[in-house]
Amino acid sequence: MTTLPHPFKKVLFGFAFSPSLQLNLHEVTRLAHYFNAELVLLHVGEKTDEKKHSLKSHLEQIEFKEVPISIHWELGKPEAVILEACTRFQIDLLVLGALQHENIYQYYVGTLARKLTRKVNCSVLLLIKPSTERVPCQHIVVNGLDAPETPVAIMDAFYAAYALGAKQITIVEEIQPREIHVAVEDDKSLEQATLMKKKLKMREDQRVRKILDDLPEEFTSGVRIKMQSIFGRSGYSIGHYAEVVRADLLVMNAPENSSLLDRIFPHDIEYILSDLPTDLLIIRK
Amino acid sequence: MDNKTNHTRHFIQALPKNIFSGFVVSLIALPLGLGLALASEAPPISGVIAAIAGGVVVSILGGSNVTIAGPGNGLVIVLLGAITTLGAGDVYQGYLYTLAAIIISGLLLLLLGFLKMGRLADFFPASAIQGMLAAIGIGILAKQFHVMIGKNNTRGSIVDLLIQIPNGLLDLARNPDPEILFAAGIGIMSLLVMIFYAKIRNAYFQLVPAPMWILILTIVLSYVYTFANTPYPLGDQFLIALPDNIISSWRGPDFSAWNQKEFFLAVIAITLIASIESLLSIKAIDKLDPVGRRSNVNKDLKALGLATVVSGMLGGLNVVTVIARSSVNVNNGATNRSSNFFHALFLILFILLFQSQLKRIPLAALAAILVYTGYKLATPQTFKRIAQVGWEQLVIFMATLLTTLFTNLITGIGFGILVTFILHVFLNRNLGLFLNHLRKPNILLYQETDVGNYYVSVKHFCSFLNFYKLKNKLDVIPENEDVVLDFSMCQFVDHTVLEGLGHYMGTFQKKGGNVEIIGLDILETGSLHPFAIRKTLPLSSLKPIERYFTKRQEGLKAASEGFGWTYIPERSFKKDYLNFVFFHTREIRYTYNQLVSEDKECRVLDMEFSEGEFIAKEVVKTSAMHMELDAPLPSFTLDREGLLQWLYGVAGFHDIDIPKHPDFNRRFYLLGDNPDAIREVFTDELVLFLESHPYYHIESNGKAILVLKKERLLGVQEIKSMIYFGLQLKRILHPKTVRIS
Repeated sequence: MTTLPHPFKKVLFGFAFSPSLQLNLHEVTRLAHYFNAELVLLHVGEKTDEKKHSLKSHLEQIEFKEVPISIHWELGKPEAVILEACTRFQIDLLVLGALQHENIYQYYVGTLARKLTRKVNCSVLLLIKPSTERVPCQHIVVNGLDAPETPVAIMDAFYAAYALGAKQITIVEEIQPREIHVAVEDDKSLEQATLMKKKLKMREDQRVRKILDDLPEEFTSGVRIKMQSIFGRSGYSIGHYAEVVRADLLVMNAPENSSLLDRIFPHDIEYILSDLPTDLLIIRK
Repeated sequence: MDNKTNHTRHFIQALPKNIFSGFVVSLIALPLGLGLALASEAPPISGVIAAIAGGVVVSILGGSNVTIAGPGNGLVIVLLGAITTLGAGDVYQGYLYTLAAIIISGLLLLLLGFLKMGRLADFFPASAIQGMLAAIGIGILAKQFHVMIGKNNTRGSIVDLLIQIPNGLLDLARNPDPEILFAAGIGIMSLLVMIFYAKIRNAYFQLVPAPMWILILTIVLSYVYTFANTPYPLGDQFLIALPDNIISSWRGPDFSAWNQKEFFLAVIAITLIASIESLLSIKAIDKLDPVGRRSNVNKDLKALGLATVVSGMLGGLNVVTVIARSSVNVNNGATNRSSNFFHALFLILFILLFQSQLKRIPLAALAAILVYTGYKLATPQTFKRIAQVGWEQLVIFMATLLTTLFTNLITGIGFGILVTFILHVFLNRNLGLFLNHLRKPNILLYQETDVGNYYVSVKHFCSFLNFYKLKNKLDVIPENEDVVLDFSMCQFVDHTVLEGLGHYMGTFQKKGGNVEIIGLDILETGSLHPFAIRKTLPLSSLKPIERYFTKRQEGLKAASEGFGWTYIPERSFKKDYLNFVFFHTREIRYTYNQLVSEDKECRVLDMEFSEGEFIAKEVVKTSAMHMELDAPLPSFTLDREGLLQWLYGVAGFHDIDIPKHPDFNRRFYLLGDNPDAIREVFTDELVLFLESHPYYHIESNGKAILVLKKERLLGVQEIKSMIYFGLQLKRILHPKTVRIS
């Protein structure tokens, strides 16, 4: 028997002493527990007795005490310190708390979480609604884009479903409008476009099915798998879809690169970051 | 090949009909062409040239089916402005400069067509366009009224002209000039013909359209004078001026004003109004098309552009798609573009054969036709209709109308757009809603895999600013499909969108499909739902909901009447009867839109419930069916695998397998506390019935059955099939319940 993949062995959580710290700690230790991972807590800022005490009392309340936790205090610019720590500790997954709706100012300036998302070299999990009680993760939505990273994203989504006990995974194939090649202008072109869409949908379904065939059976057997093709702006539509079906976790490929130009003309993941529908897991190998 | 010959045969078969409707249209196009050109201070023949160029070019190259192209009334004001300002007093020189502007605007239209800008008209708020059209109507009326009463030389702005109308009438009585009085008499008689034409119910009389009657009667009148050997009381300045020889009198466009600011502005205004008028007309006529074809607007724009260039070269006005003539065309049985071509052909015949007769037409008669046309664009009913939609629409309408009257069309429509936007911001008290989400793709479209209908979800807001995005999605759905359009994630929907959606619903219905709007029939803003608070509809819909039904509510009402049930739209907070396992973890806030059966045992209702307590609460709206049972049934829940993910870890509930139905066991989750009793209920008949209708989640609490389909409100069609399903289910269950008790 081959061993199952175990993508997230080391989880880093960069924390600040905010009112939601307790909730975030609950959530992140719970995750580490289900992922069977080691947890690294990192605070960028001065280590005072008061802070130490506060963290300690928070940690006493968590549910999963057996999770191995190491705590680090470092000084410097938060962004740089966390980036550096991710490399130094060989982190697999960076967990960040995120604000759900960005306003336009933040969008261009970028909050810390979003900046990190764009620069870090490991996978990132953005939590939008941490909770004390466990909210079971029922439904995971993962992208099925035609991209080299997609098999990994799908594999990790299935792993997460397996680890968290999710009951359904929907693989969303976003088909770009430009692939249809036919501009609908009258009845005839509409007919052609509809036919073309059917073909594309079949092609995409087949491609995704091939990816699914390569997954370990342990991952695929306990979960309902659904494929849904949507025709729309890549990146944004999947977020909208996750919101409509009220998914608990959205898994996506990491953006290839993200320059200022991308931010001014947002595409792909930028749209979702600006309007987070659910917890978001961005997979980067 | 076979297909092609078939096509040709159809075309030839339909030819007589199209020739006839082309002829009828030409009877209107002739007086209107002459009149619209005169109203623009251009030589009368230029309007007919535009109609001929439009008829020939657009019928051959266009992308619409039953439209008529020619000079448009929307352009009168713009062209008049261009001719007077560019000519600086010399009307004829102004006309030559304007011809150049027309040709360039034709090229721009052509370009718009190639850039696929058929969407352009979608960016204008509906009420602002209405206001602009009303202003054009008033403008035409104000100017032509004076011509109609024989005062050919009254000049001034639209507002001046309006103010002078009483004066002009008084002057008529004070200084009776026999020539002017005669012209005024003809004008007023002609206006009466226009007004009372529709009232005369005589098939033969109605064969000839009113404008043509006016021409015929006035020409005949002039011949009466000739036969009686009395001089005709009207001099040349009161009669239409036509060149004796059209070809030798031809003067080409004058491009020498190209570098003037006024010239540039004229080109922009002409292009803007020509494209808006054409695009709106094409859309409107598509709705009248008996076969329900969809026009290729971009192709049509290109054809109109080319036709405008040709027309301008020949000394004619702009070519646009005209709604009144097009609808006459449809009403007279046109089936394809050839009628447009024949309308042009008949116009050529008229000009060649009746040249001397046409010169006998009094200007006052043509002016009367135009006064009537102008009035039609701005009747009191127009104002009333707008006001009925809501006060904010009236504000937009009046703002556009008044600004257009006092300044010009471009400023008017621009101001209308600005007012609309400011009102939207004011109504929502939220500027960020629009600024933050304007550029985001806010529409999601997909085909639901289980039932195959299309689902469209709209987020944030949907107004004239981003309606084109929704239209882009709706346009790619075949019209014979079922579409569910969900606005429940949307905070604001404006009048332009709802009106536009009304058109889509009509088109889909015509072609066998269906568009259902859900998420709009929300109650007042008193709801605690974070979306509901800010969800603003056009103000009328915010009033108590039993007075202002949405389309869905009207549909529900009709559906309940169809079943002989009662429909209760009001909110109800009575919910104790909804004691089901499903609601153990969910809190029902209220129910609404209830459909209740005669015996009060079955009801379908919309409900709002919240899910979860400590996490960020989610509020869900869903439709469900509730049926009371005559005899007890064991408690159970039945869920199709993957349907709703509503599975419970309820204490005492077991997963139950039905013997001899492995398929059923694989596809459905059946849970309950009394396996034996449940197995008895699930007979072969019931299992087969459920397997063939796998879309529902069913729950029994012992006394009643709850049926759910999706975690969203259902459309009327879906509700109907749910009722049908529920009633059948009850019928199958009934004998069993008797046995168990």
